[in-house]
Amino acid sequence: MYDIKALYEAESVADAIRLMQEHPEAQIIAGGSDVLVQIREGKRAGVELVSIYGIDALRGVSYDEEGAIRIGSLTSFSHIAADPIIQEKIPVLGEAVSLVGGPQIRNIGTIGGNTCNGVTSADSASTLFAWDAIVELAGPEGVRRIPIGEFYIKAGKVDLKPAEMQTAIIIPKKAYEGYHGNYIKYAMREAMDIANLGCSVNVRLSEDKKTILDARIAFGVAGPIPMRAPSAEAAAKSKETGKETVDAFAKAVLEDIHPRDSWRAAKAFREHIAVEMARRALIKSIELGGGVIRE
Amino acid sequence: MYTGKSVKRVDAFDKVTGRAKYTDDLCDKKSYVARILHSTIANGKVVSFDTSEAEKVPGVVKILTCFDLKEKHYYPTAGHPWSTDPSHQDVSDRLVLTERVRFYGDDIAAVVAEDEVAAAQALRLIRVEYEEYPFVLDVQKAMEDGAPLLHEEFPNNILKHTQIRQGDYEKAIQEPGLTKVEGWYETPVVQHCHIENFICYAEMEGNRITVTTSTQIPHIVRRIVGQALGIDWGRIRVIKPYIGGGFGNKQDILYEPLCAWLCMQTGGHLVKLDVPREETFYCTRTRHSIRNHIISWVRPDGTYAARKLEAFSDQGAYASHGHSICAKGAGAFPQLYPCPNVEVDAYTVFTNKPVAGAMRGYGIPQAMWAVESHTEDVCAAIGADPVEFRRRNLMPVGYVDGFSKNENYYDSFNQCLNKAMAAIDYEKKFKAYQNQTGDVRRGIGIAMFWYNTAVWPISLESTSCRMVLNQDGSFQLQLGETEIGQGADTAFAQMAADVVGVPIEKVHVVSTQDTDVTPFGTSAYASRQTYVAGFSIRQTGLLLKEKILDYAHTLTRMPVFNLDIVDGNIVRTTDGRVLMSLGELATEALYSLTDSRHITAESTYQVKSNAYSFGCTIAEVEVDIPMCRAKLLNIVNCHDAGTLINPALAEAQVHGGMSMGIGFGLSEKLIFDEKTGRPLNNNLLDYKLSTFLDHPKLMAEFVENPEPTSAFGTKSLGEPPACSVAPAIRNAIFHATGVGVKNAPANPHNLFAAFKEAGLI
Amino acid sequence: MSKQYKLIHCTINGKEREAMVDVRASLTDLLRNDFRLTSVKKGCEVGECGACNVLINGECFNSCIYLAVWADGKEILTLEGLEGPNGELSDIQQAFIDEAAVQCGFCTPGAIMSAVEILNEGRELSDEEIRIRMSGHLCRCTGYENIFRAVKKTMLKRLGKE
Repeated sequence: MYDIKALYEAESVADAIRLMQEHPEAQIIAGGSDVLVQIREGKRAGVELVSIYGIDALRGVSYDEEGAIRIGSLTSFSHIAADPIIQEKIPVLGEAVSLVGGPQIRNIGTIGGNTCNGVTSADSASTLFAWDAIVELAGPEGVRRIPIGEFYIKAGKVDLKPAEMQTAIIIPKKAYEGYHGNYIKYAMREAMDIANLGCSVNVRLSEDKKTILDARIAFGVAGPIPMRAPSAEAAAKSKETGKETVDAFAKAVLEDIHPRDSWRAAKAFREHIAVEMARRALIKSIELGGGVIRE
Repeated sequence: MYTGKSVKRVDAFDKVTGRAKYTDDLCDKKSYVARILHSTIANGKVVSFDTSEAEKVPGVVKILTCFDLKEKHYYPTAGHPWSTDPSHQDVSDRLVLTERVRFYGDDIAAVVAEDEVAAAQALRLIRVEYEEYPFVLDVQKAMEDGAPLLHEEFPNNILKHTQIRQGDYEKAIQEPGLTKVEGWYETPVVQHCHIENFICYAEMEGNRITVTTSTQIPHIVRRIVGQALGIDWGRIRVIKPYIGGGFGNKQDILYEPLCAWLCMQTGGHLVKLDVPREETFYCTRTRHSIRNHIISWVRPDGTYAARKLEAFSDQGAYASHGHSICAKGAGAFPQLYPCPNVEVDAYTVFTNKPVAGAMRGYGIPQAMWAVESHTEDVCAAIGADPVEFRRRNLMPVGYVDGFSKNENYYDSFNQCLNKAMAAIDYEKKFKAYQNQTGDVRRGIGIAMFWYNTAVWPISLESTSCRMVLNQDGSFQLQLGETEIGQGADTAFAQMAADVVGVPIEKVHVVSTQDTDVTPFGTSAYASRQTYVAGFSIRQTGLLLKEKILDYAHTLTRMPVFNLDIVDGNIVRTTDGRVLMSLGELATEALYSLTDSRHITAESTYQVKSNAYSFGCTIAEVEVDIPMCRAKLLNIVNCHDAGTLINPALAEAQVHGGMSMGIGFGLSEKLIFDEKTGRPLNNNLLDYKLSTFLDHPKLMAEFVENPEPTSAFGTKSLGEPPACSVAPAIRNAIFHATGVGVKNAPANPHNLFAAFKEAGLI
Repeated sequence: MSKQYKLIHCTINGKEREAMVDVRASLTDLLRNDFRLTSVKKGCEVGECGACNVLINGECFNSCIYLAVWADGKEILTLEGLEGPNGELSDIQQAFIDEAAVQCGFCTPGAIMSAVEILNEGRELSDEEIRIRMSGHLCRCTGYENIFRAVKKTMLKRLGKE
């Protein structure tokens, strides 16, 4: 039994916005795998909730008219991983969300919830950062779309205005076409775990597969919110797919990341691992793109 | 014969259908719900409470604080047999609620409410004022003069210090040509993580109180609830249904006394105390963290000239099982690898940490981490082969321990080693993995262990059994020994069926212990259930059989010495003729107008023996050096647990122990905030219990040398599988990388530090 | 403050049910308290152990972190729903018995329900896939070994490969 003051169930996005306007203190609950845990901890005890879990319109993956991939915010991790569009165009996203918790958590957990709670360790977030995802938000003022990097403000805080909710995550066509990527989750065990560090890399190679036309890398837990590593990206962009490039790319991440010391992992340890993860994720991405790493 | 066969568990049907009832399943929904307020300081005193806001929460029945405890009955908590000799009694240092706080999480008040939400709301609203004292979390710092003192009666926080002295260490180390090998080896605080949290409920009827609890030790619970409440023990009835694992945590009295007290304080109303997972982690019991310091003096021929061990065991805030755990581990040191000149000093020391108690292995996993890590370090230092060195120095056949009188009857160590080596293809892998280079390397490592069976002669070993014959020739079997998941009820049924001579379906094990009706027994601990219960089952079974055959004589006029019970029938042994079924006899016996008897048998057996159980683990790992990660590829345990009563269940037991050992070696550690003493990872996400994906296939092998002292040739198996796993993994990592981790677990944090120090990364 | 309730309709173990649900209740609360389906165990109440796992519309969920009101209109299957009308065991329950995959029995109901989700797919999973799909269950007794064997054996049997 949870310490919930009141529960309002929304049947549509408009309904949800109306309920949030009527109950300004209320918080959104999607799958609840974070919200309910926090209620039990006492952090959110006594809350009013607007449940959006029943809005089936927010489930599913599709193409929009411009060929962008649209993931409804309530799509569960397991459904994302099993989706044919994801498997064909961004398999790495499916792989990343398949590393969230365990199977039951992947059935209840939603990509919207994973990004709206603003935590740096979210397994989906670093991959969405690395694929230039756009967040779609709906509120009393209408719909707006912002890059995911702008959506995250600080630890636990995202750009949601009063009575606003996230409705979709969108990967534009130019952000995914021709890219191949890899996600490495570093955790203390192989399942049911939270990342000590997450690293998502993807590349677009030249036709002859010898040059990296574009490289993108994002980390989770390398700072208070998920982050790109621009120095590393610059170190690989337009470079040959050689060992030297890989090493330069990997070392450069240290210029960008600033993990903290915590009981979960020491800063020095995270930095060491970050370099190795960047190296391995880049090599894997190049290989997935059909390239080879020359000595 | 049923013993020796893999008969299906007697409780399996109920457990795969959801019919098996555990404590919470039995509790009436009208119960009040109790929650405990734990201290948020590690050392000090409660000055006052402000409960005014909490009292206002609708649904709150009563808030009770340590100041409401008018009569102070201090009680011990260890699930040990009681001793009538005061000098052998466990330390009585607990109260149901305490004003004097000794660790972050101590029990200072409780809320009784109509539902869990009201109880949780009230808990959050209670304000506490403390007087804070400095605290100490490190075991050796706690021993220093001037360290914060937890209990006035124990200077320097030393609960107990014991010594072993053999030969002349100082003289022996003068021998020329010796190599000195020295090391510190430490194990972390870990937790049992039984999937069912601790839970109990209490209710009064008349002037008696019934406590239903998730425990391993119902009869001991009754005694200690009596001691804690200061009431006659006969007024207390304890019921133990199925439990969702215990692993030693529930071999301690946890919150039964508090729950019973809360029940009495609320007019005897039904009160349930369901301890959340987060609190189970640090407010019940943990495994002792033990810091070991070993020095060995080794001759060039690979024998030991002299050895020394200092063990510092972190007891946490209260005595619980006390020194017995550290002492057991320390006692293993001179026995596993006997050496004429030995000095052992074992200290159990209070710190302001959660209370350490019994946990599967009872000190031996900690001792084996140290001893077997050290053995590997010795081999490296003198260039000895790890297998040959062990074979040369291990406890020899014929060795007798002077205290327990345990004897090593067979060449079990070598037999176990040989079998495990063959199973994992040791020789080939050991050679293949020598002198590797590169980022990813493999290694294979060994560790040995021994384990006792039961607690004689340190404590009482007593077991009672009752068999009650039914009209259909079946009988109920009751024992004080408990089913805690290990399969005890099934083994008991097998043994009873064989002794009496009936099909196993005719044995109805009464799984639930109820101290009002269950014969006395001290229950599940020390890997003793099968060994100890075997004595009373055989004795009582023979008694029942004697009574049955006596009645068969009156019915058939055949002499008793020509009669037997075979497969549920009374058989004339001279020609094998079935004279009647046991059911016919039992019905006649009960309803006979001339000679009516209800045939039952009950007896107590006091066991005055103990037995060594032996075995080893071999682990194969792949170490990804840059990623600071060791992956377990293959692992095998081989045990000599004597004759196996049920091979399939024995194998399953070994799997579970290996799993616990894998966590101990690679991932588990309960950590604390140095600034407050607060636990940081007291939940199943942050505490790294190994998952389905962290295990390779688990291989279990057995050597079956019948134990001569045993009623059924059997000896301990419950705890042994957890004893040697962690050091075997550690030694495999050492083989792969040349880096010997000193502190368990060999998780990425520790490997990062160790690889960095060794210059590998 | 007055409590808030909602009338829900759902199918539990094949039977249509309705219940007046306290909106604060978890599905675990509903199943255990209102329907006495006590195979649904409480091990952590935060979705980290898998003891309360049930199938909702064919997918596994930890019922402890699933609001009872969300069960409205859903099909729920608990361990109790696997037995035949005369108490016959399903193949996976029998396999758990035969492979000695049961010890204390507390994680067993949840683990069997994950196995049911896997087996209902009717395809052959690799050993690694089975382990991944079962990884939402913590067990301290079995080391997962015999649970793995029971699931694999039943899968192969259903596919006629044993």
